[in-house]
Amino acid sequence: MSIYINHISKSYGPVKALDDISFEVSKGELFGLIGPDGAGKTTLIRILTTLLVPDAGTARVLDLDPVKEFRKLRPHIGYMPGRFSLYQDLTVLENLNFFATIFGTTIEKNYHLIADIYSQIEPFKNRRAGQLSGGMKQKLALSCAMVHEPEVLILDEPTTGVDAVSRKEFWEMLARLKERGITILVSTPYMDEASLCDRVALIQNGHILQVDSPASIVESYDRPLLGVRAQNTLRLLEDLRHYPLTHTAFPFGDSVHLALTGEQTDGELLDYLQKKGHTELAIEPIAANIEDCFMELMTEKIA
Amino acid sequence: MEQAIWAENLTKKFGSFTAVDAISFTVGQGEIFGFLGANGAGKTTAMRMLSGLSFPTSGKARVAGFDVYKQPELIKRHIGYMSQKFSLYEDLTVQENIRFYGGIYGLSGAEIRSKTEQLLQELDLEWIAKSQVQSLPLGWKQKLAFSVAQVHNPSIVFLDEPTGGVDPITRRQFWEMIYRAADRGVTVFVTTHYMDEAEYCDRISIMVDGRIAAMGSPGELKRDNNVPSINELFVRLARHTSSNM
Repeated sequence: MSIYINHISKSYGPVKALDDISFEVSKGELFGLIGPDGAGKTTLIRILTTLLVPDAGTARVLDLDPVKEFRKLRPHIGYMPGRFSLYQDLTVLENLNFFATIFGTTIEKNYHLIADIYSQIEPFKNRRAGQLSGGMKQKLALSCAMVHEPEVLILDEPTTGVDAVSRKEFWEMLARLKERGITILVSTPYMDEASLCDRVALIQNGHILQVDSPASIVESYDRPLLGVRAQNTLRLLEDLRHYPLTHTAFPFGDSVHLALTGEQTDGELLDYLQKKGHTELAIEPIAANIEDCFMELMTEKIA
Repeated sequence: MEQAIWAENLTKKFGSFTAVDAISFTVGQGEIFGFLGANGAGKTTAMRMLSGLSFPTSGKARVAGFDVYKQPELIKRHIGYMSQKFSLYEDLTVQENIRFYGGIYGLSGAEIRSKTEQLLQELDLEWIAKSQVQSLPLGWKQKLAFSVAQVHNPSIVFLDEPTGGVDPITRRQFWEMIYRAADRGVTVFVTTHYMDEAEYCDRISIMVDGRIAAMGSPGELKRDNNVPSINELFVRLARHTSSNM
């Protein structure tokens, strides 16, 4: 086990940021912590990276206690904080050198670890970090987090605010690091990134909603789910909310995902919507995605 | 009827760098237009020109019927703007924020009072009208910010990544608000990094290196380019460009 989290709680004044959180991350796993802003992702990551002490519960990272053994643990963790953490007025090379030096190593010694990522930004090694594009900053930050050969990599929202191309490239880099046996814990508010992880924890308001592989989470969705389209999506949504068998109706692009409270007879919904005057109707059973699951779990929590 | 936004060969250069390179497009009144692009592709620069904050180097554009060169102040008065990063004053209460923006846009005291009442009721925020904005969950803030951006009944609202980091249910409630605004005839011009959100728009454009590389309804674009999702089209167009080295 690389990361072990056991009944962790943390409050900031009256706000419960984490409420009795438990899960484990195996060695070599690419594990996603998936949830919106304010879910508690950063708080948990700061506890695991020895930067914050929990109010209750225990954690172990690489079999070390992040509270009592923080000095021993720190050299073995690579940490990429959410906000761009590099020195904006130092160059690319100076930043990397800085991180190598404080961990008592050199770029030369560990170049092979970061070559894949760093070689892409090396042509700009004399450019100040503040002048880099979003995608290049990410690559530099990841290089800096890797340069001391950590066994565990902990990344706090590395893809937030970054465009879809850079996000895709970043996940490709993580997949290659995983192949080398590094354990990776990565947080993200983008639900679609769940499918790129071995396992994920869905987190909301300090609670874990579910921990499993993305495929198992999607399979565990057990309501009848329909994709419904009509000419006017806004009116469709309003009418679906008043349909007697509706559990939830959420817009997904130009269609609505309709979760039902039970099975319905053929043609019942079509009939209902036609009577409401909808045109260009299309109704089809669909498989749930991670977002459907997340929203269903949120709805259960609220209920 | 005049288009809500009309741009022809709109260009902005910074020294030798062309940030926006002769883009041409129109957005109809009441349309939801998604403005997509990689980081550094020129979206923000284009948006600043369209909202009267920055003069174009060349080209023409009219927004809400006003010329971007001659009437930028009138444009500012007739559009609403909301960004993810900053829209509300955290240390003012919900009510004070509405009053502040109402005042900025020149609403009378009576108008501000009735607008405040209306917004608080619509958003179900009456019970925390006197709470500081910083105590609100992110999703509520974003919904409030969207309403505040429309306090002066603008005909166009510019939304710059309005839903970043918001939970999936609140994100959908936000898009319902966008639909409702469009239904009332408000034009919505929105940027986002969530490619699935592009599919909520009536039409989208994808900017690459200062130019519009693709434009159309999400359905058309997927059909014409033979891709299952806008995400795939985006990655195909924006990969290996100068902003994505």
